[in-house]
Amino acid sequence: MLKVLKYSFFDLLRSRWTYLYFLFFLVSAATLLYLSSGTSVAVISMMNLEIILIPLVSIMFGTIYYYQNADFNKLLLSLPIKRSKVFLGQYLGIVASLGFSFVLGISIPFIVYGIFYTSYWDDFLYLLIVGVILTTIFLSLSFLIGVNNTNKMKGFGLSILTWLMLAVIYDGIVLFVLFLMEQYPLEKITLILTILNPIDLGRTFIMLQSDQAALLGFTGAVFRNFFGTKTGISVISFVSLLWVGIPLYYNIKKFKMKDF
Amino acid sequence: MLQKRLIYLLFLFIGISVQGYGQKRLEVGKDKAFTSVRKAINNAQPFDTVLIYEGYYKEADIQIDKPLVIEGINYPEIDGSGDENAITVTSDSVTIRGISVVNVSTNYMNDLAAITLIKASYCTLENNRLRNNFFGIFLQRSNFNLIQNNRIEGNSKEDEVSSGNAVHLWYSKNNRILNNETLKHRDGIYLEFADFTTIKGNFSHDQIRYGLHFMFSNNCKYIGNEFENNGAGVAVMFSRNILMRYNHFRRNWGSASYGLLLKEIYDAEVVNNQFTENTIAIYGESATRIKFLNNSFKDNGWGFKLLGSCYDNIVSENNFINNNFDFVTNVEKSSNTISKNYWSEYSGYDLDRNGVGDIPHRPIKLFSVVTQVVPDAIILNQSLFVQLLDLAEKVNPTITSVHIKDPDPVMKPWRLFFKPKSND
Repeated sequence: MLKVLKYSFFDLLRSRWTYLYFLFFLVSAATLLYLSSGTSVAVISMMNLEIILIPLVSIMFGTIYYYQNADFNKLLLSLPIKRSKVFLGQYLGIVASLGFSFVLGISIPFIVYGIFYTSYWDDFLYLLIVGVILTTIFLSLSFLIGVNNTNKMKGFGLSILTWLMLAVIYDGIVLFVLFLMEQYPLEKITLILTILNPIDLGRTFIMLQSDQAALLGFTGAVFRNFFGTKTGISVISFVSLLWVGIPLYYNIKKFKMKDF
Repeated sequence: MLQKRLIYLLFLFIGISVQGYGQKRLEVGKDKAFTSVRKAINNAQPFDTVLIYEGYYKEADIQIDKPLVIEGINYPEIDGSGDENAITVTSDSVTIRGISVVNVSTNYMNDLAAITLIKASYCTLENNRLRNNFFGIFLQRSNFNLIQNNRIEGNSKEDEVSSGNAVHLWYSKNNRILNNETLKHRDGIYLEFADFTTIKGNFSHDQIRYGLHFMFSNNCKYIGNEFENNGAGVAVMFSRNILMRYNHFRRNWGSASYGLLLKEIYDAEVVNNQFTENTIAIYGESATRIKFLNNSFKDNGWGFKLLGSCYDNIVSENNFINNNFDFVTNVEKSSNTISKNYWSEYSGYDLDRNGVGDIPHRPIKLFSVVTQVVPDAIILNQSLFVQLLDLAEKVNPTITSVHIKDPDPVMKPWRLFFKPKSND
């Protein structure tokens, strides 16, 4: 498995898309730090960018990569390697390479800027963590789409739709639900709805750690109380793990049975 | 001419009588005539001076019932712990200067204070250092006093009940509170039924509740004060004719904080103030006929939150820069006038180059209306969906009020001045 992982990783590192991804984060983080009025503002803007872009790029790139590697997969499967290892190796390879370019891309400007000498260094760490988790989740989803659809066009369509669903439409639905249930106490429902969507979860998590938390008022306080507790942290980790684990488990099962 | 001479003569008489009266200086210290402050005061004649030398005096319940000058040398420390006020003044024309009063205990029955004035007028309290007391300076039915250059530091933790106010005025008129620094009390300066008070150049910070708190106090003015990092900012309630000028409201940041909270206020002027990094810069409830002119609102969560019960206010020539929401209200139409402000969010144009934007600015965002109806929706702040929604609404307003607008927003920020002039 390590061999497949290594191969995947270095194959992707040679790809110019990985460089582009890296450069994008490098340039945007540097520009934000340079142009914005304060570090906290830069962190929030970076979060906005990251929350929207990482899922989109991960899910698209993952799908493309899966289809591209279809022939290579067939070749690998003719060798005496376990199927699950072929799959996991590739998955971890792409997670490692995308994660690597993201982390490096935003770390360089922030560290050069001297984030560790300001009081915002923990915000920056949260940015990194949330980014890496989102990468892992959305790559796992992209492979799910790849495994289940041999038709490339359908696969791409589905991945865009998934992104749109989680990044935009979901919030619309949440808002709709909140309006419908206006008369009831809504803190718990909001909390549950937020935790269920990894993008919302990432956004709220970073917002609560930053200065912006004060704007969230009473609801924010409820959230903060929850996120601050051990139960809160374990629930968040568990949900994130489910988002990675369920598609991955299903994928491996399917991949094992699949008739190539 | 005769009249003038008579006045001179009168002054002469007064001078002589005071001279004859207040000759004595009583010294208090380790190896001085008196070792106890209370004894010195008991032995003093009206208009004498009591000099307290550097040292530690554990004396509570010091009563000053005649006009004296109490002067400390190098801040002698008077420890007022016990169930009494540290110093109580019941006479007019007392001066207390340069002393330090500490450790007046918290009491749930009486409002114990470091220095209490009861029906005492024309007193001066200056250059004192009050530390770790329940209340700092407490005025009851005392008028025309001057409180200046004191530093009043409390010991408040998180609890509003077990801590008192730094400067507390109750039924006291025409007092002046100048250049004090107050911190870590419940309220920095608290006024109740205190008309004609002047509050100038004070620095009130890290209070657990309000930096300044007004109740039922008319015709007051506060000028050039700084309020920073207070639990709930500054509250002005149930008062008329208040002038607020050249103040700086800074970092009153928390889920229930305000820069300035106005409730039941009529005919006030809020001019040349700076509001920086407050959760809600100005919150108005039943605030009526107020002029908000030449203020700067920068990096606040909400710039203005004016409820529907606010009438006939004028919001003009202010700068709104980088606030999360510039302006929020809960009504469709209002009688408030908004004009000639600078809005950093304004996206219009100025074809005739007269400095005024050609299309009106609508400062109310759709999302702020949504959060008025469903406060919990605020958690979607910064979400892509909400940003798209705001954009769509901006292009074609359907839900937000079309009536609340700035018809002539200016293109460049106003150049504002925040330093008080000497004659204010």
